[in-house]
Amino acid sequence: MPVMKIKNFSFTYAGVEAPSLKNITLPIEKNQITALIGPSGCGKSTLLRSMNRIHDLYPGNKYDGKINLLDLETGKYNNILAIKKENEFIQLRQQVGMIFQKPTPFPMSIFDNVAYGLKIAGIKNKTELSDRVEASLKGSALWKEVHDRLGKSAMGLSGGQQQRLCIARAVAVKPEVLLFDEPTSALDPISTGAIEELIVELKKDVSIAIVTHNMQQASRISDYTAFMYLGDLIEYDKTENIFLNPKEKRTEDYITGRFG
Amino acid sequence: MEKLFQKISLSSATLVLVLLLGIFTTLFISAKPAVEAFGLQFITDQRWNQEIPLIESSDTVIEDSDDAIIADEDDEDMILDEDDEEDAATKTVFGGLVPIIGTLLSTLIALLFAMPIAMGIAVFLAEIASKNISKFVGMAIELLAAIPSIIFGMWGLYYFAPLIADTFGGYQVSLLTAGLVLGVMILPFMAAVTRDSMNTTPDVLKESAYALGATKFEVVKDIIFPYSKTGIIGSIILALGRALGETMAVAFLIGAVYSLPDKITDPTISIPVAMAVNFGEASGLGESALFYLGLILFVMSFAVISFAKFYFLKRGNA
Repeated sequence: MPVMKIKNFSFTYAGVEAPSLKNITLPIEKNQITALIGPSGCGKSTLLRSMNRIHDLYPGNKYDGKINLLDLETGKYNNILAIKKENEFIQLRQQVGMIFQKPTPFPMSIFDNVAYGLKIAGIKNKTELSDRVEASLKGSALWKEVHDRLGKSAMGLSGGQQQRLCIARAVAVKPEVLLFDEPTSALDPISTGAIEELIVELKKDVSIAIVTHNMQQASRISDYTAFMYLGDLIEYDKTENIFLNPKEKRTEDYITGRFG
Repeated sequence: MEKLFQKISLSSATLVLVLLLGIFTTLFISAKPAVEAFGLQFITDQRWNQEIPLIESSDTVIEDSDDAIIADEDDEDMILDEDDEEDAATKTVFGGLVPIIGTLLSTLIALLFAMPIAMGIAVFLAEIASKNISKFVGMAIELLAAIPSIIFGMWGLYYFAPLIADTFGGYQVSLLTAGLVLGVMILPFMAAVTRDSMNTTPDVLKESAYALGATKFEVVKDIIFPYSKTGIIGSIILALGRALGETMAVAFLIGAVYSLPDKITDPTISIPVAMAVNFGEASGLGESALFYLGLILFVMSFAVISFAKFYFLKRGNA
């Protein structure tokens, strides 16, 4: 069952005539990892950033079509493109978390970083906060490294640790979907391995969409893969089909490194 | 080429230190007679240019010490004069308490007034306003910073001072008027620098906070302010430096009266104003006392700025 259903979705940036995404239809399956691949400028990050409407921080962009998000409690789908009020945006972003290309620790302590989303969601109880911070740090395989310095600034962590901290921070608010925007492109191979393991581990609890430039990464961790090119969705299928038996010529050319 | 470049930048850096030391030394040498005559009591003494009884001869004293200032070796003579003076039981006393208090209070009022407004402007320009509005208002604010201080003084005297007197009562020229106009003067500068440092917050950091469900207010409070803290404190420190040393506008508005203010609406005097107003007719020990005031202002600005810098920045890192 898809947690998100993108239907005939088009997106145009402010001040630009031509749409950056054209008529995309794509499911994001529940508790699975969906990878979005394609050459630079194909619109994969634009698509990802539409799924929690982070685009709306910058005015003037145009959406068309539908992005339906499953409400886990009622089992109904809501079109997130219909959202207009700030409190609905806040709710959407608590349901659909995001991890960015570069680690983005906030200028505060490790504990406060992970607790931040919980605090702004209104959780004040100290025991609950520290329990959930500990659980998310353990879930992000960071607890062992930081449990004795939770009060220290998060800026002192290594890049890989910072990225896992950001994942812990996103996981702490218990989202339905996590969006990863090239989460390992700024990291060394060992940290990359740790993050990949973590992402695979996370899919028990959360559905994942990941944008990656690294095709090995897509083939290693994802269950489904979407190949995009110049704003079009060229092919979407199970990952093994995309990589071993692509139906489209352009997919095959990209996978085999003939262009892109 | 590389060597030359290194040497040029090294000598430029050294020049700053040399200048700093040089200014301090000159000030100190000129202030020395007064320092020796009044010592540290100068700071707590609120009498300025007052003769302690026993008639006449203040003129002769001034003439004597006038010579003393011109030639270094005459310093001793002058000290002797001072001692003689005690015997002759006449003495002109200079104390710096009033201008020191006036300077500190007017600066404090200016900061208290300007800080919240400057932060408000900066947040509006950096985060809330659309690009076009932000550009336009930003430009207006930078222009405001370019207005010469004497114009602020005249505007303050003719339009602002009566307003203050009507609203708060008391005198038109007063500590409050001077402080508020000083606040208006440092406001644009503070707002512009604060906005610039807020703009250095990476978009992706703000996006991360929004992506966790933060509101605009929470992003400003929890992300942008902490991130740009250093720059904001820097802007406050620089504004503080300007407010401490501002002369012209304050000279118009503070009243230039050597008396401690009982109320915020009383007139008083600040160090730069005391110097500007009195230098023309000052000579001898009086002139030296003005240099002493200058020295105190120098040390004060230095102390305030280094305190702010070390204290806040250290706390920021914890």
